[in-house]
Amino acid sequence: MLNIVISRLISALLVMLGVSCLVFFLIHLVPGDPIEVMLGESAQLADREALRHALGLDLPLLTQLVNFFDGLLRLDLGISLHSRQPVVDILLERIPATAELAVAALAVAVAVAFPLGILAAMRKDTLWDSTSMGVSLLGVSIPNFWLGPMLILLFSLWLGWLPVSGREGLASLVLPALTLGTAMAAILARMIRATLLEVLGEDFIRTARAKGLDERRVIGVHALRNALLPIITLLGLQLGVLLAGAVVTEIVFSWPGVGQVTIDAIQRRDYPLVQAAVLLISFTYVLVNTMTDLVYAWVDPRIRLQEGG
Amino acid sequence: MRFWLPAAIMLIWFVMAIAGPFFALQPDYIQLDKIIAPPGDGSWFGYDDLGRPLGDRVVAGAQTSFFVALWVVSVSLLFGTVIGAASGYLGGWCDHVTVRVIDIFLAFPGILLAIAMAGLMGPGIDNVVIALSTVGWVGFARLARAQVLSIKHREHVQAAVALGTGQARIILRHLIPLILAPLIVEASFAVAGVIIGEAGLSFLGLGIQPPDASWGSMIRDGTRYMLVAPHIVLVPGVALMLVVLSVNLLGDRLRDRLDVRAAARDRQV
Repeated sequence: MLNIVISRLISALLVMLGVSCLVFFLIHLVPGDPIEVMLGESAQLADREALRHALGLDLPLLTQLVNFFDGLLRLDLGISLHSRQPVVDILLERIPATAELAVAALAVAVAVAFPLGILAAMRKDTLWDSTSMGVSLLGVSIPNFWLGPMLILLFSLWLGWLPVSGREGLASLVLPALTLGTAMAAILARMIRATLLEVLGEDFIRTARAKGLDERRVIGVHALRNALLPIITLLGLQLGVLLAGAVVTEIVFSWPGVGQVTIDAIQRRDYPLVQAAVLLISFTYVLVNTMTDLVYAWVDPRIRLQEGG
Repeated sequence: MRFWLPAAIMLIWFVMAIAGPFFALQPDYIQLDKIIAPPGDGSWFGYDDLGRPLGDRVVAGAQTSFFVALWVVSVSLLFGTVIGAASGYLGGWCDHVTVRVIDIFLAFPGILLAIAMAGLMGPGIDNVVIALSTVGWVGFARLARAQVLSIKHREHVQAAVALGTGQARIILRHLIPLILAPLIVEASFAVAGVIIGEAGLSFLGLGIQPPDASWGSMIRDGTRYMLVAPHIVLVPGVALMLVVLSVNLLGDRLRDRLDVRAAARDRQV
């Protein structure tokens, strides 16, 4: 098990190193002069040179790269061009809101997906099955930037039950969490159905039924536990998609999280802040995936015991 | 029904995109007396916040989504397949590097990288295509590599090697044709992803610029007038949802028809 942990951590570090390089080079790979994009074509030459110097873009490329990694290690990713605050502070301030939204969306997804997936698998090829799979296909096909406004229209503007936007109290969390959780619930439900059906065809399920166990116990104890492994993996992968979806969802609901800051920074061409926000989101994704891998290894005795651990 | 309805919607999308320019539409024609006018009064879909006909703009948006999807999926499929297949066949350090690069690109969740790129390059339809293709090739590369790994030791490949066939020819003529079925299924789902991606970027203001129409930017404009004129956000949203749903339904059917999973299983044996 220790070997697995070490090798996963090393490979996560390598990926994060690569991600940092890509984010660093993004500004150089993009065609045109980044300074011109930030300031506009009509900017004075002196202003351009001042910004170029402030961002360190006048230094040799290698020096820039070294400075970038030096700053990354010290968690100093520069100053926001817009607010003049350290970008790390700006992001730290926004993390709780995004974390809250992600956890709530995850809860929505799990709460919807398990009943839907299990129902579809138990009643395969019936109306229950086709209805729940139809609902889940619909969930995959509705982009969150449209689902969000639709939910606002229905529950906030017409029915007046929930607030339109902002982050004040639990009521304001409901619609963003529903919006963000829907696609994940849909994908998860399909996956749960498929894995459960596969497991239900196994010999030990027939044995369990032959022993006379009631169906609830066959599904809950024997089938679901064995179907859980691929579901955990998908959950980890989907959590990353959730982070990307949070960017859009936060815009729809004016939710004051990392995603909103990212889009604001992109629109203001606040390059250091964009860089740091993209790094934060993808680092989180890499870490979540690594943890998923480790949980997977820990849950599955075949992997856990493989190395004699 | 399960085939014909989505197929019909796809056909309508296709016709709107290809034949749209011949319909004499006026997606940018402003009628000040028709601002936020709801459907009815001789128009099926009503007018937007500037008094432009929504029906005409939906057709213009269909063109945008269709051409972005066509370009992005073609470019991603081509580059991804060739890179992935070559990496899987050649192996060695070339494969190691490719796998690492794929891992790095996959570390950006969803369209985050495309959002960052589109933001840095500035808005515009060309930059949307570049940004979405930069993200899109990775999935095809990973799939092509995995598929090639499972068939590269087959007899016909060994025979080709023994006959002195060049590596490029083996990859292009003896490997890629055999792995096309799963790639085509992947491409069909990628179409859905790209349509949503383009609309998403345009929704965020990073895609198609006004006055050109995109379903995403139409939805964004409509959200400001939801209380007084919900049709502005409903019309492009329904169009977007119907097309994406149809693509997904047809992709499901294509997967079953080409029997991709079963084929992959056979190859492993």
